[in-house]
Amino acid sequence: MSTASHFVPDRLQTPLERRLKSWESLLMLVAIGIFIANSFASPYFLNAWNLSDATFNFTEKAMIAFAMALLIISGEIDLSVAAIIALASTAMGAAVQVGVGTPGLVLIGLSVGLLCGAFNGILVTGLGLPSIVVTIGTMSLFRGISFIILGDQAYRGYPSDFAFFGQGYVWWVISFEFVLFAIIAAIYAVILHMTNFGRAVYAIGNNATGALFSGIRVARVKFIVFLMTGLMSGVAAVCLTSRLGSTRPSIAFGWELEIVTMVVLGGVSILGGSGSIPGVVIAAFVMGLVTFGLGLLNVPGIVMSIVIGALLISVIALPRLWAMWRPR
Amino acid sequence: MKRRTITSLAAGLGLAAGLMSSTAMAQDNMRIALVVKALGIGFFEAAAEGAEEAAAELGNVEIIYTGPTDTTAEGQIEVVNSLIAQGVDAIAISANDPDALVPALKRAMDRGITVISWDSGVAEGGRQMHLNPSSTELIGNTIIKLAADHMPDGGDVAILSATATATNQNAWIEAAEGFLPNYEGVNLVATVYGDDLSDKSYREAQGLMASYPDLKAIIAPTTVGILASCQAVTDAGKIGEINVTGLGLPSEMAGCVDSGATKSFAIWNPIDLGYSATMLAHAIANGAEAASGAEIPMGRMGSVTLDDTNSAAMSDPFTYDSSNIDQFKSIF
Repeated sequence: MSTASHFVPDRLQTPLERRLKSWESLLMLVAIGIFIANSFASPYFLNAWNLSDATFNFTEKAMIAFAMALLIISGEIDLSVAAIIALASTAMGAAVQVGVGTPGLVLIGLSVGLLCGAFNGILVTGLGLPSIVVTIGTMSLFRGISFIILGDQAYRGYPSDFAFFGQGYVWWVISFEFVLFAIIAAIYAVILHMTNFGRAVYAIGNNATGALFSGIRVARVKFIVFLMTGLMSGVAAVCLTSRLGSTRPSIAFGWELEIVTMVVLGGVSILGGSGSIPGVVIAAFVMGLVTFGLGLLNVPGIVMSIVIGALLISVIALPRLWAMWRPR
Repeated sequence: MKRRTITSLAAGLGLAAGLMSSTAMAQDNMRIALVVKALGIGFFEAAAEGAEEAAAELGNVEIIYTGPTDTTAEGQIEVVNSLIAQGVDAIAISANDPDALVPALKRAMDRGITVISWDSGVAEGGRQMHLNPSSTELIGNTIIKLAADHMPDGGDVAILSATATATNQNAWIEAAEGFLPNYEGVNLVATVYGDDLSDKSYREAQGLMASYPDLKAIIAPTTVGILASCQAVTDAGKIGEINVTGLGLPSEMAGCVDSGATKSFAIWNPIDLGYSATMLAHAIANGAEAASGAEIPMGRMGSVTLDDTNSAAMSDPFTYDSSNIDQFKSIF
């Protein structure tokens, strides 16, 4: 064994190297690749209005995905988010029938979201129940309440200024939803990456017992993250209800899995402890671009689901395979 | 003889070409999107076949057959957005939700796209006209009659529907309940929802048999539900005791009619429906006025007259039984 030319590094990776090899860079490459492929595949893709329309495919889901990222990093999960949308939307619809105005509706939507989040949080942190079981239960519970209230009926008649949240534009093609998405992304990036609270979320996800003995109030942090997830579901409910202009109990059906997919695709470990908000932002764009690009080619939705699934598995498997087989 | 055919064909082509230029149609094909509730449903595949037939007859028409994976309004909105982006000439949609699609379809109309709904309608603000496959009254009456015809002494019947929010199923059931008093002794004991999922419909049918031991008929006004109910009745060994009827596809129902689990069922012809929707979308995109009272032609299906909600009914539902099932099962 030759000992002559062993390079001894003083650190494992330079910051630049670390950034280049990161999950976010890989995902960014995928996003750019999809963007370029789309522009060649369809003549309609590179059009400001069309790209603006495409953002509606993911903005609402992404708002929840940011909070969900924190939740998954802390080692918990919330599968009731889509059901919270249904319940919040139903509450807003009911309020419309008694003449509540737009500010009141928004307040009701957000409050119902918060309450549902608090309910999940109490069951998980207060009673120490596993979040996956609790939220599978509340998923049926929240949507069940909507079904009991509405049955096969729909709430309509939202005030015309309420339509702004889901259909309004701030400037030219920049929709209100997209601006809100960007602001929420920035807020969550700051919370997760620049505050003590964010460090606590990571610490809990890596080792909850260790975090507890380090003086982190684990239950309280988790409860707050559940509240945030509920609130974000309320925000998404306001946007989606406004965009649809009506409420049915089947609203946002099946979104929870798409949101979890977005979070995991964004590089958040499903086991907790690692992940980043920029990753989730890029993942949101990747999913939006893929579905919109394939939609322009009139690819059936079934094929789209297969592509998203394949994308998720390959993006997650590639780094593992690379680590396994790279020359040592 | 042959020569004459060719000359008349040539004359026809010339006339067609003349019409094309006189209506100042562009050189490119007119693109008509047929948007369905979800892909992979036999009924809608047959409708797409009818749309292609209409396109071939019209010439210069390209059909874009599309729809979401599951029957959600959100999925259809994404599909409509991508069709707006492609600048199609017309959208003919069978909607998963009459209200939620309205803002997206309004935007399509704002950008000059002709929008009509067919099968499951969209609220008035979101489309230029709606084509019902038949009238709600006729279907409601038919599904009860199908059951009553085979139970001379009356008895318990139950309805197994699609989702609790399905627009057309709910309208038919409501109409059927209205006609119920006309059928003496027929007693509707329950309405359950199989969500148009085979396994859930099957379990709901099992549940009906368990809850109502005297059940004489299951009425399923959905192609998924009727097949699942037929399977459940067959598996429970209750052929002859319980008659499964409602709305089904001949190709899927042939086995049930053969085994006797289903004595008769009804459906309009989805091929005709896709054909008519395409013809109407084409006519309106070419300038036909879609206003109440207007009569719009739809090729071999004749024409429809729009009522005061700009809706029209295509034709009566058609009953299939052992006498004609073999003829239709290979068609759709």
